[in-house]
Amino acid sequence: MIGEAIAFYLLAAAMLGFGVVVVTSPNIVHSAVALVPVFLGVTGLYILLNAEFVAGIQVLIYAGAITVLILFVIMLTVGGTGLRIPERNEQGPIGFAVAAALAAMLAIGVTHTAWGRGGGALPAYTPGAIGQSFLGPNLLVFEGTSVVLLVSLIGAIIIARKEE
Amino acid sequence: MLLDWGYVAVFAIVGAGMVVLPLLIIWLISPRSNYPQKLETYESGVPTIGQAWSQFNVRYYLFSLVFVVFDVEIIYLYPWAVVYRSAGPIAFYDILIFLVILALGLIYAWRKGALEWV
Amino acid sequence: MPWYIELARAIVGTIVIFSGVAIIAAMFGVLLERKISGWIQSRLGPKHVGPQGLLQTIADTIKLLHKENIVPRNADATIFASAVVVVPLAALLDYVVIPFGTTRAGPLIFRDLNIGVLYFAATSSLVVVGILMAGWGSNNKYALIGGLRSAAQMVSYEIPIGLALITVAMLAGSLSTVTIVNAQRTVWFGVVQPVAFLIFLISATAEVNRVPFDLVEAESELVAGYFSEYSGMRFALFQLGEYGEMFAMAAMAVTLFLGGWRGPVLPPVLWFVIKLYALVFVFMWVRWTFPRFRIDQLLNFSWKVLIPVALVNLVVTAYVVMVLHP
Repeated sequence: MIGEAIAFYLLAAAMLGFGVVVVTSPNIVHSAVALVPVFLGVTGLYILLNAEFVAGIQVLIYAGAITVLILFVIMLTVGGTGLRIPERNEQGPIGFAVAAALAAMLAIGVTHTAWGRGGGALPAYTPGAIGQSFLGPNLLVFEGTSVVLLVSLIGAIIIARKEE
Repeated sequence: MLLDWGYVAVFAIVGAGMVVLPLLIIWLISPRSNYPQKLETYESGVPTIGQAWSQFNVRYYLFSLVFVVFDVEIIYLYPWAVVYRSAGPIAFYDILIFLVILALGLIYAWRKGALEWV
Repeated sequence: MPWYIELARAIVGTIVIFSGVAIIAAMFGVLLERKISGWIQSRLGPKHVGPQGLLQTIADTIKLLHKENIVPRNADATIFASAVVVVPLAALLDYVVIPFGTTRAGPLIFRDLNIGVLYFAATSSLVVVGILMAGWGSNNKYALIGGLRSAAQMVSYEIPIGLALITVAMLAGSLSTVTIVNAQRTVWFGVVQPVAFLIFLISATAEVNRVPFDLVEAESELVAGYFSEYSGMRFALFQLGEYGEMFAMAAMAVTLFLGGWRGPVLPPVLWFVIKLYALVFVFMWVRWTFPRFRIDQLLNFSWKVLIPVALVNLVVTAYVVMVLHP
């Protein structure tokens, strides 16, 4: 599956590159806008995992709704004026050492684990299959999600309105 | 199925190239005569007053917030819609409960003035 | 098929669609708009360039290609430039899932994705990010206010569009556009679901920032809204994005509600084009008939009228389907 491997490495490279921009850019609006290619990269990874419905909602929610939300929030704060925020302080070297240690630990963990390889093709996460699970085994989760959404909506409105 | 998305990826890449193509053309052939007045920001011909970037009202945030919640609700409706006709009557009552709870959310936002512009 | 043949098919298909949209939607669309607006206003519109003014937009495009490339001093160069690519690209990505007709070899569609309708909603929401980038990157009060208002408006009308799409998907039992067109074998969904059709048309008008919802780019209000600082070819690309999105919405409405390419005698592609232009004519007719809404009026209309109506329509349709087909 050479095509999938190429696609994966390209997506990963793009995500990492733009991720670096998100983290290190002194202009916060640049950081927010650079998040969009990262989200699109995640979409690509979902597609490689055969989950095209999840990929579709990733674009719809993250790149479409959450990016807009983040940009609106940034414009409400002083970051929207293009203020350049210094990205480095005196804790730089310590932070770098911690990050390097974590990366080394993860690399060793990944390479030394005996990953079991599942046989056969990936299961189909089609909208139909997801719908069947919503109406079948995961019915309570489905209804519970609406309650979670209601609670989050009420909570966010309370917090936002109190600042008036 | 992966082939479908490969096509979409090619579409996006080639498409981006085709959109950038006119920009390249103008970069090559457009006249250049930059003088300071031309690079000024437009404000009906008068010098600009204050910065453009200033702090904005919280109402934009409230709208996008309610939008995110309802967008997530809609993505739960997509798989339900696909299987609805082949499922039994239980599917109708499920979605009724789901939508009633979310309609409560909409009514709450409405009453608390989160949907007002001014 | 070997991969290089697939790649060649994809590239050729992309070029065909992009050129087709650029010519038919942007060029003829703009000309059609000017002609129709002229006729509605008892005048003739452009008629000198070419026979009956048909080459007018080509002349305009060539003119715009020669214009100078001005980037305001205070603008944020990266974001200013990237926004020009994001908006038309997101608008043109919509066309992947639209079936233009059918041939003996199968449906004439770039790719029949399993999640076609969801994909359409997702790429429409990418346009909003481009508009925010354009508005902010210009460092211009008019552009920024226009961009923010436009984002708020487009975001508010995405939900009624989504609910209309879901209602149709429920009737057809699939998110694939080809399946939805084939499900309209007996009766068009526009007849079965007039409410959803109307909601879709109204929300589509708002999504494309057209009158009566074009406060965000009204000349008397905000100069040109989020693209005030863009001149020359960049302006043309934004217009390509806007007209391309309008035609995409009309094409999706034809696919979902007017039976796509289905029709008795004529070839399918011709039916599709006829229905598409009929809807585009309706969009343009509405533009020159209604006055403009204020921003609070249009946001209220979306949240307090369209969404409740769409939800009730969804529930009632689900109930009827349950009762008639147990």
